[in-house]
Amino acid sequence: MKGLELPRADQTILDLEGVRVELGGKVVLRDIDVALRRGELVGVIGPNGAGKSTLLKVILGFIRPSAGAVRFAQGQRAGRGAIGYVPQSFSPDPDLPLRARDLVALGIDGDRWGFSLGGARRRAAVDEALAWVDALSYAEQPVGRLSGGELQRLLVAQALIAEPDTLLLDEPLANLDLRSQDEIVGLVGRVAHERGVTVMLVTHDMNPILGVMDRLLYLAGGRAALGTPDEVVRAEVLGALYGHHVDVLRVHGRILVVGAAEVESLTCEA
Amino acid sequence: MALLTLVRDLLQTPAVATALWIGSIVAVVSGCAGVFTVVRGQSFAGHALGDVGSTGAAAAYLTAVQPLYGFLGIGLLGGLAIDRLGNRARERDVATGIVLSLTMGLSALLLFLITEQTSATGGPLSILFGSIFTVAPAVTLPVELFSLLALGLLAVLYRPLVFASLSPETARARGVRVGLVGTLFMVALVIAVEESSLVAGALLSTALLIGPAAAAVNWTRQIGHTLALSAFLGVAAVVLGIVLSYESYFWPPLHRGWPVSFFIVMLVLVEYIASRLWRRRREATA
Repeated sequence: MKGLELPRADQTILDLEGVRVELGGKVVLRDIDVALRRGELVGVIGPNGAGKSTLLKVILGFIRPSAGAVRFAQGQRAGRGAIGYVPQSFSPDPDLPLRARDLVALGIDGDRWGFSLGGARRRAAVDEALAWVDALSYAEQPVGRLSGGELQRLLVAQALIAEPDTLLLDEPLANLDLRSQDEIVGLVGRVAHERGVTVMLVTHDMNPILGVMDRLLYLAGGRAALGTPDEVVRAEVLGALYGHHVDVLRVHGRILVVGAAEVESLTCEA
Repeated sequence: MALLTLVRDLLQTPAVATALWIGSIVAVVSGCAGVFTVVRGQSFAGHALGDVGSTGAAAAYLTAVQPLYGFLGIGLLGGLAIDRLGNRARERDVATGIVLSLTMGLSALLLFLITEQTSATGGPLSILFGSIFTVAPAVTLPVELFSLLALGLLAVLYRPLVFASLSPETARARGVRVGLVGTLFMVALVIAVEESSLVAGALLSTALLIGPAAAAVNWTRQIGHTLALSAFLGVAAVVLGIVLSYESYFWPPLHRGWPVSFFIVMLVLVEYIASRLWRRRREATA
């Protein structure tokens, strides 16, 4: 596991230059220019179909952009543990014969052929990862019997055990209760700010991550705006993205983006 | 001890000895492949492959070729078609349905031709319901070799197969070649299903593939243990099924042997029910 390497906020670790993605003849992303710095937590928000998950898949190399490029620092490439990924949905069968520690261990060598011979070092690495996400207490439990919040911790541990430079999380707060959301947000914040891992977290509701988020990437209408929440969540910026007038309301510390009546899915707690 | 003595006596009969050996090998392969089939949610494909293979077995019967090669040949084509046509679970089920209906139509024609041209019903019956006592000793070596290939594939694929079965996207992000792993697993699955069609018949091959695995899943918490227990339960059902079938020749009033596949399926069912009861009891006391 990576030690407490202090983040170097000035170091760009991932650079998207003029990325354009077309799926089924429809332009999902256009002219996306984003440079991510080491150890920062970037929230990715936008309405349904804005291309949030598509953007993660472009970074992972699952989707090839029709124009532009994705560049990694120091010649790094996607895959082989350079990028950790927590998918949008993971709901194992309740009868699945797999313990929590076995799920995490797949992050070490799940890509290698054959059986694992185990060993003390491997077990220690898994224990360390489980401890880091506070999941040691259910290490021996079958994963199919764990709650959504417990599973998210395991998936983060599975991603971290490969010591990635970047961690991508696709809707990790979906279907979690408020307490579990707070716990996962706190954990993800520590991943970025204590371990120096660059984190991109896709969410529908940015309010839960306002306290830990360094920058916000707002996607709408295929375009993106990147900056601090105060810089991005403004009526003129979002209005330009949507191509419609929008209002930004701040109520009791929460931010609400309200769109024109004819624009669906625009009302969101940003 | 009485059972062991009985098995030892039965081994003196060449046909029974061959049946016990081939049946046990096939049960191990099916038990191991079945665990991944259950974990990956491919039970429908597993069942369909048996029916798909029956087309090849019927064609082999008509052309006087060993049915094993017919099962394996068409099964492999069908399995690879299912693998290519469907990536996601729902697509895979649709692809399986298409391949299944196509080959079953062909199978109906071939089985009809067998009964019309040879005036024999034994061929279709043995293809559909198995005939482990009539398996030629010459089949033993091919079964051993194909079984080794299937077990070897499962051993090599083990970690990426578990990873890709749980979360294909995460596995892919980690560097697993998910498509290749799925295709190679399909080859192992075809071998397991088509070999068990020899033992239990095309229609009942699912029993050996899914039954022991589903029971083992209830009894274990680690996939390694599940594999071992599934193989054991499969062998137990096959050996006991063969013994009971052989003994049934002496049962009144008919004094005619009952089908092996009947006993195997019933024993697998007993194993599964026992595992569910055990699990329910464990959860109640937890």
